[in-house]
Amino acid sequence: MVLHVLRGMVGLLLLVQASMASAALSIEIIGAGEHQIPVAIVPFGGDENLSLSINAVIVGDLQRSGLFRLIDPLGKSPHQLADVSYPDWQVRGADALLIGSVALQPNGRIEASFRLLDVVKQTQLVGQSVSANSNQMRAVGHRISDLIYEKLTGDKGVFSTRIAYVNRLGKKQYRLIVADSDGYNEQNVLEQSEPIMSPAWSPDGSHLAYVSFETGHAVVYVQSLYTGQRAVLADFRGSNSAPAWSPDGKQLAVVLTRDGSSEIYLVRPDGSGLRRITFSGAIDTEPNFSPDGQSLLFTSDRGGSAQIYTTQVAGGPEQRLTFGDGNNFSPHYSPDGKGFVYTHFVTGQFFIATQDFQSGQVEILTLGGWEKNPSFAPNGKLILFASEARGRGILATVSSDGRVQQHMFTQSGDAREPVWGPHL
Amino acid sequence: MKKLLISIVLANLLVACASQKPKEPEAVAPAPVVETPAPAPAPMVAVDPLNDPASILSKRSVYFPFDVSAVQEADKPIVEAHGKYLSEHPDRMVRVEGNADERGSNEYNLALGQRRAESVKKMLELGGAKASQIETVSYGEEKPVCTEHNEACWKQNRRSDIKYQ
Repeated sequence: MVLHVLRGMVGLLLLVQASMASAALSIEIIGAGEHQIPVAIVPFGGDENLSLSINAVIVGDLQRSGLFRLIDPLGKSPHQLADVSYPDWQVRGADALLIGSVALQPNGRIEASFRLLDVVKQTQLVGQSVSANSNQMRAVGHRISDLIYEKLTGDKGVFSTRIAYVNRLGKKQYRLIVADSDGYNEQNVLEQSEPIMSPAWSPDGSHLAYVSFETGHAVVYVQSLYTGQRAVLADFRGSNSAPAWSPDGKQLAVVLTRDGSSEIYLVRPDGSGLRRITFSGAIDTEPNFSPDGQSLLFTSDRGGSAQIYTTQVAGGPEQRLTFGDGNNFSPHYSPDGKGFVYTHFVTGQFFIATQDFQSGQVEILTLGGWEKNPSFAPNGKLILFASEARGRGILATVSSDGRVQQHMFTQSGDAREPVWGPHL
Repeated sequence: MKKLLISIVLANLLVACASQKPKEPEAVAPAPVVETPAPAPAPMVAVDPLNDPASILSKRSVYFPFDVSAVQEADKPIVEAHGKYLSEHPDRMVRVEGNADERGSNEYNLALGQRRAESVKKMLELGGAKASQIETVSYGEEKPVCTEHNEACWKQNRRSDIKYQ
């Protein structure tokens, strides 16, 4: 059974242009969560003196999640607990209230002190101080957003996590980018004139594996994000591609054509211990490890069309998981291992879909288009994917219930093959 | 020595002209070279059929239907002719580059492009080429010659190119 979750949502479609400090990137939010938590965010005392508003970062994070309704403080601006009058916020309909202050310290660091208050119970949910170098103000905002998210939803926030993607600028410029989960704070990991493909995060977030064509064919590299050092992981004849890390970081799955067809191999991060694990003679590609490290999902056309299969890392039966019309690609496990997200291609359009292992139930989460390469946020609540709007490749997210989508327009060129990094 | 150089320049120029690939970099700037041939006597090497625009060998690209990697009937004579040429010129090397349209995942298309290159390689070998003369690579959907979302574009991108090294 296929549920078109978004169809029920179209009636309440709303488009919000998030108010962001920088014009370099624009974000559009479509839809809203079913039960939004009303939160009042009072601009921090001292926020207006910063070069970048931490409050704007927090507001942007909470809005994009789709899980919160922001309550206008309407002129009230307490910064300390003693100044808070709970009835003011009950009248405004807020369930929670964020207050605090931020200041640049003499040592050049910024320090933000804040309290999240339960307006209904009139208690403090969390109170903390966060400090960071003054060039990491966005990180401070994301950290506070994560705490708010966790206290109010019970799930771990992912605002402090990072994403990786390929930025294509014309036919002769390719960049491998790492950015904050909201698309800001872009950093170049690699820039060259030949294509880059398939970035994959190591489980500790310290390395990226990826495919580069810089030597004239597809070669897999592993690069440290801290030192920038890189090493060849696989460079055999033909194509070397589709790297995926095991959850313990001790091996990667890669796809090689050195023995003819595209088959899946395991290899250690230093390139040693190569071992082939599929033998279909058809295309086997896009391996992805289960969270327990025991199983792999992968794409294969062994049945005549591209579909998703699973197998055991230790060896065992291979089982087909997707059926019906169309082709299916790019499986990624959910963080709890109970299902997976993938690209569904039918009648000329790509959709982002999930399948639950136990029930087999398939949900189509998006309205369709040029939507590819989905991956879960580490809390399982959001899915990042490549989409297209206004003729450009863009980054997009959809909540795992399909209710909220956001489109992130990066600075220039096409954003391709995004992948969500781990909690750090 | 100078004569030989000029012959090589001419030969390269002919190769460039004979190429069908729309975006081949070496085909981009031939104009200035045309002005130099005046003093050249008869070429020192016999005309290589590879450089003859009238020869089937001037065709270097074969095209595939969607999600198919077998060389199509219409293109078999091209690949067979290159296989025969390679068998007669064991010193020549080719690189077969497979490509795919954008309808599929990037990685699936890389695999599909590789299979398209491999199927051309197999047919070159049937025509007499040695495996050691042929390198296969894939660009998948990463290097499209045409970037619009329509069949007119896609069919140009579902392609294997035979490139002499």
